Amino acid sequence: MNATWLPVTTLATSLLVVVIIFSLPEDARRPRTIVNLLAAVIKVILVMLMVGRVSAGREDIFSFQVVGGVDFVLRADALGVMFAGLSSLLWLCTTIYAIGYLEGSANRKRFFGFFSLCVASTIGIALADNLFTFLIFYEMLTLSTYPLVVHNGTQQALNAGRVYLRYTLSAGVVLLLGAVLLHYLTGDQSFSSEEGLGDYLNDHRGLLTLIFALLVGGLAVKAAMVPLHGWLPRAMVAPAPVSALLHAVAVVKAGAFGILRVVYDLFGIQLSIELGVISALAVAASITIIYGSLRALAQEELKPLLAFSTVSQVSYIILGIGLFGPFGTIGALAHLLHQGLMKVTLFFCAGNYAEELGIHRIDEMDGAGKRMPLTSIAFTVGALGMIGLPPVAGFITKWYLGIGAIRAEMYWVVVVLVVSSTLNAMYFLPIVHRLWFRLGPAHGQGQWPKEQRLGRLETHGWLLWPMVFTALASLGAGLLAGMPFSPLDWATRVATGEYLP
Amino acid sequence: MIWRFGLFESTFTPLVSTHWALSAALGLPLLLGMLAALFPPQRMWPVALASLPVLVSGWVLLSAYDQAGLLRWQWEVAGVSLSLRLSGLSVLLLLTTQWIGVAAALYTPGSLRLGEPQPLSRWLWPLMGVLLSALSLIWLASDLLTLYVALELMGLSAVGMLLLSGKVAALVAGMRYLLLALVGSLAYLLGVALILGQWGRLDLQGLAAVVEPGPVAWIAAALMGAGLALKAALFPMHGWLSPVHGSAWTPVSALHAALVIKASLFMLLQLWSILLPGTFYAPRVIAWLGMLAIVWGGLLAWRTDSLKTLVASSTVAQLGYLMVVFPLLLGPDIAPLPRALAWEGFWLQLLGHAFAKAAMFMAAGNLIFATGESTLKGLAGTSRRLPLSLLIFGVASVTLMGLPPSSGFTAKWLLLEAMLISQQWWAVAALLVGTLLTAAYVFRMFRYSFDDSAPRHHYQPLAPGMDLIALALALTAFALGLLAHFPLALMRGGGV
Repeated sequence: MNATWLPVTTLATSLLVVVIIFSLPEDARRPRTIVNLLAAVIKVILVMLMVGRVSAGREDIFSFQVVGGVDFVLRADALGVMFAGLSSLLWLCTTIYAIGYLEGSANRKRFFGFFSLCVASTIGIALADNLFTFLIFYEMLTLSTYPLVVHNGTQQALNAGRVYLRYTLSAGVVLLLGAVLLHYLTGDQSFSSEEGLGDYLNDHRGLLTLIFALLVGGLAVKAAMVPLHGWLPRAMVAPAPVSALLHAVAVVKAGAFGILRVVYDLFGIQLSIELGVISALAVAASITIIYGSLRALAQEELKPLLAFSTVSQVSYIILGIGLFGPFGTIGALAHLLHQGLMKVTLFFCAGNYAEELGIHRIDEMDGAGKRMPLTSIAFTVGALGMIGLPPVAGFITKWYLGIGAIRAEMYWVVVVLVVSSTLNAMYFLPIVHRLWFRLGPAHGQGQWPKEQRLGRLETHGWLLWPMVFTALASLGAGLLAGMPFSPLDWATRVATGEYLP
Repeated sequence: MIWRFGLFESTFTPLVSTHWALSAALGLPLLLGMLAALFPPQRMWPVALASLPVLVSGWVLLSAYDQAGLLRWQWEVAGVSLSLRLSGLSVLLLLTTQWIGVAAALYTPGSLRLGEPQPLSRWLWPLMGVLLSALSLIWLASDLLTLYVALELMGLSAVGMLLLSGKVAALVAGMRYLLLALVGSLAYLLGVALILGQWGRLDLQGLAAVVEPGPVAWIAAALMGAGLALKAALFPMHGWLSPVHGSAWTPVSALHAALVIKASLFMLLQLWSILLPGTFYAPRVIAWLGMLAIVWGGLLAWRTDSLKTLVASSTVAQLGYLMVVFPLLLGPDIAPLPRALAWEGFWLQLLGHAFAKAAMFMAAGNLIFATGESTLKGLAGTSRRLPLSLLIFGVASVTLMGLPPSSGFTAKWLLLEAMLISQQWWAVAALLVGTLLTAAYVFRMFRYSFDDSAPRHHYQPLAPGMDLIALALALTAFALGLLAHFPLALMRGGGV
């Protein structure tokens, strides 16, 4: 039985929220909160239903014809549901966080409206079944993020917004050209088709390589691969929930997810290897990993450091694609989820430090562990995960990537992994050290930059609990990696599907 | 090409109800306009009530076409045969005209009430009626004489509407427009005279059968083409457009940019596909000019400080997209597939632009009404105070940028594919560069609106519904992207 309604309803839930939020007046705080949370919960349930149906082997499809030869298709498959699950779960957390974070600030209606639109776009990206549908939601994501980046309305925010648009819209044009070229060559190509593009290899080798370059080049901007990453650190002027969800999860992951789709579902692994583009991808990812870590090392403020760390970490996903073999794929897919959980935790922590104590710079964090223990524990969990220490989720990823590299006999990748882990430790461990072992204002030395007492606990409850939840989830994803429906289990399922059709 | 415009024999004769619907579609706007001059409506509901029969007539014509296919009407008047035809394209354009016309009419009472009281404002109604009737006639007419009459009526009523605001700038711009419109009509009339002298007939279908390529056809096509291009503000004859919009009333601007210039373009394409079906160079010249138009119009819109000039200059660039398609529609040896794709993309782009530009002018008008400022700098802080008007502007500009899921995107997808198949790389580049330029000027405007550091102004409240009408138009342009199947199927129904 084909439950057509399921993908549509999931998408429509978030789109409907956008309409409702925009039609509510600015000061209707309580109804807006209720609508937001209700929709987020409903969506988590719907995505869970989809996960259930996919694991039972049913893929629900919704489609209609747009123009001759071009269809709009939504399909819930294993890879898509994985991304949809990540986005809907973190949407719930981030919505709760954002409600607390934006308490009393202006333009909340605009913020939550476009925030929901972003999440709707990521669901669309996850469920899109051909390049046309994917492109629709991909560009929608670009447009709906702009108002969030410039949310503060300051000169700095407006400049960051301009840079963001320059990068993403140019990338969109490149992507569009690639998509139309592919459509011209092959007609409507579904992500679910088993055939792949192998038939075209002999006659159109050059064109296929060009299309691959255009598609991946366009997607790499959002995935923040060097040298196309310039927008990401600048976009950190946005409020913390935006940095958390969009620049740790939705936007960069949309780019990485797009590359996954192109390599695995559009070109197919076999064809990508024959074109020789896979190795190029692995090299580009390695450069990004090292470069991002080096830049992170040089940062003095917390959020730009996390941004450069994102640049570096997202490319693990690309690197995993580059290791042709099931272990690399499993590592890449699991990292899509793990990195999202850990990075969102770190951004929540950064936001909490900034809100409660006014901390923006790293050298202001001395002794914050005593003042804000839960936040600091969560930060430590996230940081250790990023470095790849067990039992946090990040360890699993690096383990699988390492095995994949050795199986593929790409020993230089192991070197990249080791170097990158060392660099991660070099920029995260000093912060952890500052938090717990240095004496600071909490011990009576000096002053916090701008201390506010937001709640009975160490900070406002709305800010605290989502962070605690994502930190626990990061730990759980590592500890319980062997359980069914864990990120690793699901990633294995997807990878098996790709390699053993 | 000819059959695409519905220039062939019909199978069925129209029913009586279709006759009535036709007379209503052509005559009612005129009559209602006269009535409104006598009793100027102050509220929106009488306008809505009065426009209902017009919309019904459009719907009846649509269902008549749906059932019977192409329909023709023919009369002999003093030895000259006049003829009308209802093809899928005509129905589509007629419906577009009626919906945008009704939206502009609904918008008018509120905008007149908010502006300074004008002695001449009641004359806006009959002029609007004449304009809409003339436009409907242009989509239907299938002989050169009827087309000329409709063109002249449309041009004169458009000039009249632009002059009404009574400002000095409006008078200067309007007079220049009048002069150019008359020159354009004269060039067109010369072309008609040449054709009549050479082939002795004016009906398009008959002409298509007898016209042979040769100096007469070329000169006639050049004369008519130049005249119509002038009226359609095709680059490089666009100089009159921005000043005209700068001082016009908002609903007038909306109608003008959405429909009036499109009518001239429609005629141009129709006449050239009869007179120059196989020429190589003429469509290419247009295409090259179109590429320049995309860049030049984009730069004009990017550099300007005035909101209305921005919207008007963007029309020049958007017309460039349509001009670039000409070599795929006209000329020798075009494969059927790219031609079909280009034909659908052309009209989808035109429809999307019509709805989006009307919405954009209304949104810009609302912003100007509310802030009292017509510069981009005056928009500072509007994102907080006038979010809806700004959102409408945004939705409309998504269509203009050609980003998904708007009709501009679907049209661009079709056009790009047609261009790739026929390997017109320059046109591909022009289309993609145009996207970026459009984004540049649109987001420049948004950048000002998001500036929160500006001092708070006093904002004048808008009349109810003014935003909603603009929103409906913008959403139509948006929805045509994913629902493009319906209009395109209607157009294809003319016979394949």
